[in-house]
Amino acid sequence: MDIYRNAKIIDPEEDRVYNGEVAVSDGQVVEVSERRIDTPESRLVIDCKGKYLAPGIVDFGVKIGEPGERHKESFGTAGLAAARGGVTAMISRPDTSPPIDNPETLEFFTRRAKSATEIPIHPLATLTKQRLGEQMTEVSLLLDAGAVGFTDCDSFISNSKVMANCLSYCSQNNSLVIGHPQDPWLSGGTSATSGKFATLRGLAGVSPMAERIGLERDLALVEMTRSNYHADQITTREGLMAMEQSLDKGLNVSAGISIHHLTLNDLDVGDYRTFFKVKPPLRAEDDRQTAIDGLKRGVITIVCSMHTPQDEESKRIPFDKASSGAVGLETLLPALLRLYHSEDLDLPLIFKVLSFNPSKRFGLNSGRIAKGYQADFVLFDPDYPYILDRTTLASKSKNTPFDGQSLQGKVLKTVVAGRIVYSREENV
Amino acid sequence: MKGKTQINIFFENSTRTQASFELAGKRLGADVMNLGVDKSSVGKGETLIDTALTLNAMQPDILIIRHPSSGAANLLSDKVHCSVINAGDGTHEHPTQALLDALTIQRTKKTLSGLKVAICGDIKHSRVARSNIQLLGKKGNLIRLVGPRTLMPSEIEELGVEIYHDLEQGLKGVDIVMMLRLQKERMAGALIPSVREYYKTYGLTYEKLQHARKDAIVMHPGPMNRGIEIDGNLADDINHSVIQNQVEFGVATRMAVMCYLCQND
Repeated sequence: MDIYRNAKIIDPEEDRVYNGEVAVSDGQVVEVSERRIDTPESRLVIDCKGKYLAPGIVDFGVKIGEPGERHKESFGTAGLAAARGGVTAMISRPDTSPPIDNPETLEFFTRRAKSATEIPIHPLATLTKQRLGEQMTEVSLLLDAGAVGFTDCDSFISNSKVMANCLSYCSQNNSLVIGHPQDPWLSGGTSATSGKFATLRGLAGVSPMAERIGLERDLALVEMTRSNYHADQITTREGLMAMEQSLDKGLNVSAGISIHHLTLNDLDVGDYRTFFKVKPPLRAEDDRQTAIDGLKRGVITIVCSMHTPQDEESKRIPFDKASSGAVGLETLLPALLRLYHSEDLDLPLIFKVLSFNPSKRFGLNSGRIAKGYQADFVLFDPDYPYILDRTTLASKSKNTPFDGQSLQGKVLKTVVAGRIVYSREENV
Repeated sequence: MKGKTQINIFFENSTRTQASFELAGKRLGADVMNLGVDKSSVGKGETLIDTALTLNAMQPDILIIRHPSSGAANLLSDKVHCSVINAGDGTHEHPTQALLDALTIQRTKKTLSGLKVAICGDIKHSRVARSNIQLLGKKGNLIRLVGPRTLMPSEIEELGVEIYHDLEQGLKGVDIVMMLRLQKERMAGALIPSVREYYKTYGLTYEKLQHARKDAIVMHPGPMNRGIEIDGNLADDINHSVIQNQVEFGVATRMAVMCYLCQND
């Protein structure tokens, strides 16, 4: 039995932070106490030195370069980045090459993942073959092979009948469908959010309304088919209002947002900085504020990194031609702590949206430090200041928008099922 | 039916139903004519009503129609003076199939009421299911429909049936297992993922049949997709399958229906 002593434990479900100790055995939490846990059989005592011990981060929507783009990221480097970022479970995206749209590819994927990293990967599979929005994938066989949900990622299924049938079929299998709600016609060919900035820079802009149109279509189909649905990123006031209406109706829907949309806005793109090109594009400051408010009110319940590794070649080209996406596994926690330091969010809420909610939504036995839960922890110091140097990132791709920026908060230890998978050197 | 004229008009391909009606008529001594749609004026653009009026002018005694549109038999019967038998219209009804199924059940189970019946597979596109729900429902049987949500027509539970999406659950304790053909030609819009997933989840195998009663019988209106909705060996196993009996009773049923209609002329 291992004991974590002298920790400030964050409990997102009971919404509190308290001084306590945690006992772990066989990968599970066996006791949590505000008093000293004394047991003769303790094998290892970890002194947390008064730092914060939180449930490990469950990062939704991680793109791993395998198969197909191993030069951008591999299971090994993604796992390393996750460990250094306090991420104890990755929910991976299927928009690989080839896409994960059949049980054989998925089995290959999970086998590779298991042999290459200690961080558990819970794979999503595509909703339609080749992400073309035409033919449904083998949902039931993919579930047997370990899929935890279905999504065509940024490829919007424009055929409403296909989408309705997919929703219906997945809900029959008690499975979650994840949408990327963007009207494909409005958003096609754009690289920024429409507005003054896009106009001045001469970038083709997409109206925030594209998100609402896509989302309202999906939500209407969810209501029609009585199915389960998660919108990967809701980033606009318009989208948030649509989501709130559906929640009021009692539909089984939820919404997430990426760390980049919570902490950056369209002006950050500046002089066509392609590391700030993400999907959907960064929004106006008003929308960012609305999103933070949506997080506080529980309309948005999951914050993720939308980790998307891109090599230099796909970013060192004109803005409109550059690939979208940013890496985020390692910077997710320190970036979100910006909203803690600005007193927008408290620590229990931060771990509610990083750990507790995504665990619950994807049916994992983690997300809380309490008896019976898997021992997935992150030990961190929220105040540790540093300037991020992107070359120090563990990811194979270094496309982070936080390069050269001040961040505050450092992961000290990451624990997966009771095993310490990352420990920061004391004197670095 | 000696001296009576029977015309079969089949706007859809059919082997067993067309042959069955033809043979039924011939065994009763009627003059049977098959109107091939590809060779008729329909191929030249004639509407259904014009075809009906033309045939009506030839004074037939009985018309057998199969058509891909629901309601076509009804439309035809409004325009002609003779009897019309619906041999399947779109996804609406296939009444003689329900009658022959009833006869098959009556003969094997010695009763036609108080049974548990599972109708399984592609309910959405099935006229056989709709006719059987009516007939077997009227006779006081418990009817379960088993199939994926995408192949279940909306609000069909209003017809007094139970809905199952899990084949093994749906088969628990039933007396009759009625399998339907997966209508692959009507699968536009991603209704099911693939044939192999369908077989795994909704294909009838010996293992899944274990959940039904020991003496349960297996029926199928044909044509079968072996290895898709039913295991080929199971379909041929006379200890369970009454599929060949259905075909045999089909001729008898249709003879009876035509006899009845002609006598009442």
